[in-house]
Amino acid sequence: MNDNIKQGATGLIMDEPLLWEKGKKGRIGFSLPKADVDAYPLDEGLVGHGPDFPDLSEVDVVRHYTRLSQWNFGVDTGMYPLGSCTMKYNPKTNERQASLPGFSNAHPLLPQEMAQGVLKMMYDLERCLADITGLDAVTVQPTAGAHGELCGMLIFDSYHKSRGERRSKIIVPDTAHGTNPASAALCKMTPVAVKSNENGILDPERIAAIMDEDTAGIMVTNPNTLGLFEGNIKAVAAIVHEKGGLVYGDGANMNAVMGIVDMGRIGIDVLHLNLHKTFSTPHGGGGPGTGPVCVKKFLEPFLPIPRVVRQSEMFALREDFPQSIGRLHAFYGNVGVMLKAYSYILSMGPEHLKKVSQLAVLNANYIKEKLKNTFHLAYDRPCMHECVFSDKIQQANKISTLDVAKRLMDYGFHPPTIYFPLVVNGAIMVEPTETECKEDIDRFIEAMKAIAKEAEQNPELLRNAPTTPKVNRLDETSAARKPCLTG
Amino acid sequence: MRYLPHTAEEINDMLGVVGVSSFDDLFKSIPEDCRRNNELRFPGPMSEWELNAHMDSLSSEISAGPDFKTYLGAGSYEHYIPSFIPYLVGRSEFATAYTPYQPEISQGTLQAIYEYQTLISRLLGMDISNASLYDGAMALAEAMLMAIRVTRRKKIAVSNLIHPHYRRVLRTYFAPTDYEIIELNGKGNGQTDLEAIDKIDDLAAVAVQSPNFFGCIEDLQGIAEKAHAQKALLVTCFSEALAYGLFKNPGSLGADIVCGEGQSLGISRSYGGPGLGILACKNKYMRNIPGRLVGQTKDLNGRRGFVLTLATREQHIRREKATSNICSNNSLCAVTAAMYMATLGNNGMQALSRLNYNKTEYLKQSLKNAGVNIPFESPTFNEFVVEFPSGFEKKYKDLLDRKIIAGLSLEPYYTKYKSHYLLTVTETKTRKDLDAFVKEVVS
Amino acid sequence: MKEINELKLPEDVRYSKDHEWAKSNGETIRIGVDDYAQDQLGDIVFVGMPEVGDKFGKDEVFGSVESVKAVADLFMPVGGEVAAINTALEDAPELVNQSPYGVGWMIEIKVDNSSELEELMTKEAYLAVLQGE
Repeated sequence: MNDNIKQGATGLIMDEPLLWEKGKKGRIGFSLPKADVDAYPLDEGLVGHGPDFPDLSEVDVVRHYTRLSQWNFGVDTGMYPLGSCTMKYNPKTNERQASLPGFSNAHPLLPQEMAQGVLKMMYDLERCLADITGLDAVTVQPTAGAHGELCGMLIFDSYHKSRGERRSKIIVPDTAHGTNPASAALCKMTPVAVKSNENGILDPERIAAIMDEDTAGIMVTNPNTLGLFEGNIKAVAAIVHEKGGLVYGDGANMNAVMGIVDMGRIGIDVLHLNLHKTFSTPHGGGGPGTGPVCVKKFLEPFLPIPRVVRQSEMFALREDFPQSIGRLHAFYGNVGVMLKAYSYILSMGPEHLKKVSQLAVLNANYIKEKLKNTFHLAYDRPCMHECVFSDKIQQANKISTLDVAKRLMDYGFHPPTIYFPLVVNGAIMVEPTETECKEDIDRFIEAMKAIAKEAEQNPELLRNAPTTPKVNRLDETSAARKPCLTG
Repeated sequence: MRYLPHTAEEINDMLGVVGVSSFDDLFKSIPEDCRRNNELRFPGPMSEWELNAHMDSLSSEISAGPDFKTYLGAGSYEHYIPSFIPYLVGRSEFATAYTPYQPEISQGTLQAIYEYQTLISRLLGMDISNASLYDGAMALAEAMLMAIRVTRRKKIAVSNLIHPHYRRVLRTYFAPTDYEIIELNGKGNGQTDLEAIDKIDDLAAVAVQSPNFFGCIEDLQGIAEKAHAQKALLVTCFSEALAYGLFKNPGSLGADIVCGEGQSLGISRSYGGPGLGILACKNKYMRNIPGRLVGQTKDLNGRRGFVLTLATREQHIRREKATSNICSNNSLCAVTAAMYMATLGNNGMQALSRLNYNKTEYLKQSLKNAGVNIPFESPTFNEFVVEFPSGFEKKYKDLLDRKIIAGLSLEPYYTKYKSHYLLTVTETKTRKDLDAFVKEVVS
Repeated sequence: MKEINELKLPEDVRYSKDHEWAKSNGETIRIGVDDYAQDQLGDIVFVGMPEVGDKFGKDEVFGSVESVKAVADLFMPVGGEVAAINTALEDAPELVNQSPYGVGWMIEIKVDNSSELEELMTKEAYLAVLQGE
């Protein structure tokens, strides 16, 4: 392996045990406040023995998690080209803003006149997102993309109910993310699958064939999960609207089109965004995120409550929206995440946010051009911010997408998204994002080329990969046959 | 711009490789009628220093500063957070990592979540916990949907003493379904009235919160017996996780599914989010629990490692037949909670919970001695209800000027409790604070 | 994955379009998934079974079979009432991979209509379908 390509190899690996395999009875890591009141009696029948936790010192805990962190690959470690996830750099100034004591110590049930700073932030964030998407009204309450999708589906349900209708179906493209049909199912709508055409996009004719008055609408992702712009979207939207349906937009791929596309203009009625993708808030190993929902004006009455409203110079939370779908969260959503996205949007401003999309699309197309003869390109067309390859060429050597992904780890990269979307066998979805510089992208390309060569000449290297991280391939079969979820 | 590394030269090179001459060419596939008619209009860009000033200013417009004494709880609790916890959880290897779908390079997150699952199971006395959900309200909704799935029945009995916002979220999730919610009212002693349970047939589950919204400890064992007699499940809920450092855990009292909010476990209040949705259950419901699960396994060399497992329950495989639509968990918050639980340990959890209880009792007794009515006689943990004289709203406002937030008025949530307030006392209040509070409130 | 000519397809069972086999053993009909199905699924981690006494019509879903990354429904090749389920699969789902026609059988049913068994494919007919796919 060429040492110039291999970067970010793991350093010190310490074999750190589980928490309860450490510590000693009687240790504590917490500074207990003084007991300055008497002990009061309590019915002993109610009292437990306390949880069976290990007793650890502060040093024990700090070493434990410091060591664990060394086994993790994050965006700060290296390039993380996970398609559909937009793993862009997470600015640290965002963290500074979210941890300001005024925000982090604010109780959600403070009298509203005392919480003006955070209410103003939420209101302004909603206005920014409306501007960016081209839609009219926004809620930042949903706490994840899937939560936003559920919000959207509930809006669909309430809208149709308000018109005296109960529509039981919803059209879902075969390229859709699994959360789309799952969210529809939670609202008791039956997903009706529609195949994309040979160009990888939706075909108005196929939609027209299945759209009827029992169909609540369609869920589209644009750009779609193949990284392609849905060129027929306006025609598709018209067909759905004509039969009284609504168009839901999964905005997970918003990073490709900011400042360029008007989501309202293309016919989307309800759109969710992912602040932890497009708007740079950290993924945290799987959350917390935020999935704001943006709607056209006529759907504003259905947005979840409470809503942040402006009353001359003051901001308030109001619940008097009788057509609202109700509450989706105990309070107002993930304010800590909103603060980070808000900081990012203000840091970028309109000109840089548009540049973000331009550079994201440039990076992806550059990779597509450079690798299209090394790996089979699923659709040889201009892509947006991500491109999809497959293992078709490598299968000749009985090497799969999985093997390629595992070998990429040895080269110091996080693998791209694999086996999604389902319409491409052995899919490899690469999304570099705009924060990757040309040298790192070139290194990634060289690594992929080297791996393709290894696949031909020395495939065992791939089958035995990865060898550099703390563990190599794990037995997922036993983990599923005999689950051990608790220690 | 410091997050956009491309130089003009590099951009030109790359455009050349792609075979186009400008950025606009890259977007040729987008029809004209899909494009914006105007430029983006929101404010910015701000330099890092302008942003700091702007955010400092917004932060200062939140007038509950550190000199305020806040007696608010009701689902968001003021607890001390050791300074090393945000420091550790802010490590970018944890914070900037994605979901651990590639386990070989995510063992940090995976082991940390496995430890979280274990500690939560032990805290609640349950067999298994998932890797967390969005918040306590959504956890209740998912717990009820799970109970309905498992029992194949459609009716649930839900106590009105569960946090009002949690019940609102439950109703939102149930709106498109034909499941039925039967309300259980409260009794005079501050607990849930269980009489109605015996009369409901075809019941999937009974749901109660303990400590409940009034701060009172419910008779979970008694409720378990009644629910199980109806072949229904007992789902218990909580908003203050610290209670189980002191009180018997729900698992030991017969709960089948436990859900709740884990914000108390080292997570800052942050105006209500992010929080930590907790969901735990008995082993036999393992394949029905929603959310991510981390399991222990071995690698090819026999080394212990951890992976996401039982993924066939989830949306990316099952799609519309999934146990839930949930994709993410609140991973970083779950890791924070694990750190907090590890920091306290068995000793510390008991000592800290006991301290919360004692300080709360001190305030309760002091108010009682000063003539304030304590309407509910059931034992409480760190929250309790008082009945102030009518017209207390004016005094409440005066107290705000004196930097005291005298709890939460119950009237907006329970119209019959006109002058009742929920007071919360944690380890953050000194005896001096509590004495001053009593003095102010009765003067 | 096996090539079609590597698949084990016994002569003495009938095959359904959903890659399941059915075999009469007098009173009841025994059902399982065939070698093609277990090979395609990979390591099987869980088999979702019905209960004894459950009744299903032909082609209705009676259960599911899971590998690590996939789930497949199981369809009744013939209609009937579940008389027995193979409880060994609870602790050892891998039996389906190791012996799909033997100890990896799934359910036994009392049939409504024994002619439905004759409507299923013989080995030759099934092979033709596989080769056509």
